[in-house]
Amino acid sequence: MTPFAPQSLLWLSLAPFIAALVAPTLVRMTGAAAGWLLAVVPALLFVFYAGLVPDIAHGERFTYGVDWAPSLGVRYAHVIDGLSLTFALLITGIGTAIVIYAGGYLKGYAHQGRFMMYLLLFMGSMLGLVVADDLITLFVFYELTSITSFLLIGFDHKREAARRAAVQALVITGGGGLALLAGLVLMRLVSGETSVTGLFAAPDVLRDAPAYTAIAILVILGAFTKSAQVPFHSWLPNAMEAPTPVSAYLHSATMVKAGVFVLMRFTPVLGGTALWEGTLTLFGGLTFLTGVILGVRQTDLKQILAYTTVASLGLLVMLVGVGTAYAIAGAVLYLIAHALFKGGLFMVAGAIDHETGTRDITVLGGLASKMPITLVAAVLACLSMAGLPPFIGFVAKEVLYDGVWKAGGISPVTIAALVGNALMFAIAAAVLLPFFRRPGEMPKKPHEAPLSLWLGPLVLAVIGLLGALLLHDTMELIVLPMASAVAGTPLTLDVHLIPSSLKPPVVLTLITIASGIVLFALFGRMRSGIARGLTAIGWGPDRGFDQAMSALVRGAFAITRVIQPGTMRFYVSFVFAVLAITLLVPPFLDGLPTLEFIGTMPETYHFAVFAIAIVGLLIVIRAKTRLVAIVSLGVQGVMVALIFMLYGAPDLSFTQFMVETLSVVILALVMTKLDLQASDHRSPWRATKDGVIASLCGIGFALMLFQVVQRPFDTRLSDFFLKYAYDIAHGANVVNVILVDFRALDTLGEVAVVMGAGLAILALIRVRPKTAR
Amino acid sequence: MSTLIFRTTAPYITALMVLFSIFVLLRGHNEPGGGFIGGLIAASAIAIYGIAYGVEAVRRALYIHPNALAGVGLAMSALAGIAAVFAGKPLLTGLWFITEFGGMEVPLSSVLVFDVGVYLVVVGSVASIALALEEND
Repeated sequence: MTPFAPQSLLWLSLAPFIAALVAPTLVRMTGAAAGWLLAVVPALLFVFYAGLVPDIAHGERFTYGVDWAPSLGVRYAHVIDGLSLTFALLITGIGTAIVIYAGGYLKGYAHQGRFMMYLLLFMGSMLGLVVADDLITLFVFYELTSITSFLLIGFDHKREAARRAAVQALVITGGGGLALLAGLVLMRLVSGETSVTGLFAAPDVLRDAPAYTAIAILVILGAFTKSAQVPFHSWLPNAMEAPTPVSAYLHSATMVKAGVFVLMRFTPVLGGTALWEGTLTLFGGLTFLTGVILGVRQTDLKQILAYTTVASLGLLVMLVGVGTAYAIAGAVLYLIAHALFKGGLFMVAGAIDHETGTRDITVLGGLASKMPITLVAAVLACLSMAGLPPFIGFVAKEVLYDGVWKAGGISPVTIAALVGNALMFAIAAAVLLPFFRRPGEMPKKPHEAPLSLWLGPLVLAVIGLLGALLLHDTMELIVLPMASAVAGTPLTLDVHLIPSSLKPPVVLTLITIASGIVLFALFGRMRSGIARGLTAIGWGPDRGFDQAMSALVRGAFAITRVIQPGTMRFYVSFVFAVLAITLLVPPFLDGLPTLEFIGTMPETYHFAVFAIAIVGLLIVIRAKTRLVAIVSLGVQGVMVALIFMLYGAPDLSFTQFMVETLSVVILALVMTKLDLQASDHRSPWRATKDGVIASLCGIGFALMLFQVVQRPFDTRLSDFFLKYAYDIAHGANVVNVILVDFRALDTLGEVAVVMGAGLAILALIRVRPKTAR
Repeated sequence: MSTLIFRTTAPYITALMVLFSIFVLLRGHNEPGGGFIGGLIAASAIAIYGIAYGVEAVRRALYIHPNALAGVGLAMSALAGIAAVFAGKPLLTGLWFITEFGGMEVPLSSVLVFDVGVYLVVVGSVASIALALEEND
């Protein structure tokens, strides 16, 4: 076993984030060389992870971590097994190529620094996701990939299409992420385990739990949105609005595989049931076919590749669903093959775009002589994509045919795989058209791309070839450990590059190639036919997304109109109606208080005060003009202040006097200032409604007060304040001491509110439209 | 509303009320009163003066803009609270200095500064609202 300090790897996996921090500065300082310099970070990580391959191949598995939020049982923890290691190698390895490529592709572009930063942030998020052991850590990085890809897709934020695509990706994948979170939380609740490793230790706990269905559906939902399964697939082709290095990286090689990764990660604990296998196989197969059919219809090179990515993801999900040893091995091989050829092809498409100014395959042509190195990379990648020997794509196809054949012979799954692969073959051939067909009118005169643009695709394509030629090592070191991790048990497989006999997979391959050639011959006719068909249908999930979003906005507006009509009258009535309900419901549930007066009978002159207050009130109700109403309301208020005084609350009474005085003054001023009508015109219905609300509030308060005074008085607080007011705060007036000493923070806040309200009122008075004056 | 009697008595009433408001403010710690009530009384005084002589006269007499007054008050209250932190006590703890002045014990405290701040905020805010409303533009 290679000695390595796990904790160092823990922090190393955060290196992309640090590189992201320095990226803008580095780009400003070194310009075009920044891509090469920044690529050192993923390259070093790749070397580190590659060093772990032999150990993992021997069946080792590393877990390590530190406490993150111990009170919640959340750790920042990693697990390195076959699955996470392969993904980590893809992310860092292809990441290296992409960073170099991005340096060349965006040379001289004003926001290159920011772009590099986003790209590295994304890399860090993706890496964090695949190596995460803790369930919450996994979710955090999962959502980080959504957020960083949002930034990347919407990078060219001045174009509306880019903004829409970014929002769409965020809404769909972020929404799915929430489902995943719910699933992960349920997993923790059901099993009591906080880590993936813990779950694997008792694999049947989740499957036997009553909440299994919910968990499985939530996890599948999260994975499907991320990996663009039907009907959530539309965000992925739209995400092609991003600059090409982004498409090459997150939308073919890594991010979209995050969903597949999640499915693979949890297959050992959630898989093997009818629900899991059925759902994955069905939706995976549908996505596979939808992807290739929609891909045929495109003419933009990037769009074609994007739809075949959708298709490939469908194929992977389908294979995970089938779940036999060979199906999983096929999925693993295909995942690696796809990452290699699709990452390379996207970079090729970008190079073509960069050198010719267009990506339209009906216009492009004759590039074979102009861009020979790019041609080599493209041909190698396309052969792998088409599934021809001796490339890794061929091995993948053999193994997956073996898997689906052994699972059910001539089944819908087998037929879907056959049709899809044949179409994939045709598309792979179509991707090479720009090199060989007669050239059309291209915006730029093509010439070979610079080193940084062809290096990545060429290296990836060659690896795709070597991986197949050294198949024995590839299987031992990479595929078997990963497939075993996905299956949850060690697998042994018998895979050869050259088929030894005419077994069913070989026959299927021959059929695929033959029908692929036929389909390619019919490509143009197929494209127009599919386009006509789609126009006839006229609706798709993409438009559905727009409709859902606009329905959401309209719904929000409708609700806002109802609950916030913008008239003061409504708000006030509403507030008081709610107040009346809160006051009246408890007495009716708990029984009415006894309506007897507690305390001493008041003196005769007390009655005079009450009488004046009531008369003031009656005048308010009967008043014909506003001024009379205001003044008589003041009279009533002053009487209330007197009552406070008579019953021993001088501070309260004092304040009440001043507030009453000032409110009469200010109300009178408001009346002259604002162009109000002199008197109050209210329809009888509204008067009744207001009266009822007011009376109910009054009755409610009366009942509450009766209830309060009938309870035994708890003197603990008043005793405390009376006892300590003088000792601690050196004050004899308990009310004031509480205000300025015991509860000074409250007072400070209130004073700030008074001032804020004052400024707001000033603004309201001053900033009126000129016409109103 | 600027009758002769009102105009003649308004300055005296205002002066008395302002004086009274300060009295109320200072006695607040031991007797009914305090910054909030004091501030309201002073604001009423300003309103009365404004009704009698108009907004311009009030603004001249006040010299400082009421909003500035309120801002200073808020700052005073906050600083009085923060002072406790520098004295090594929790935020807003009262600090007391009992000094001898002419044979009499005069207690001074950060709490008083706090209360004066409250007073100024209330005077400033209410007065500026009242003045803005009175102003005929």
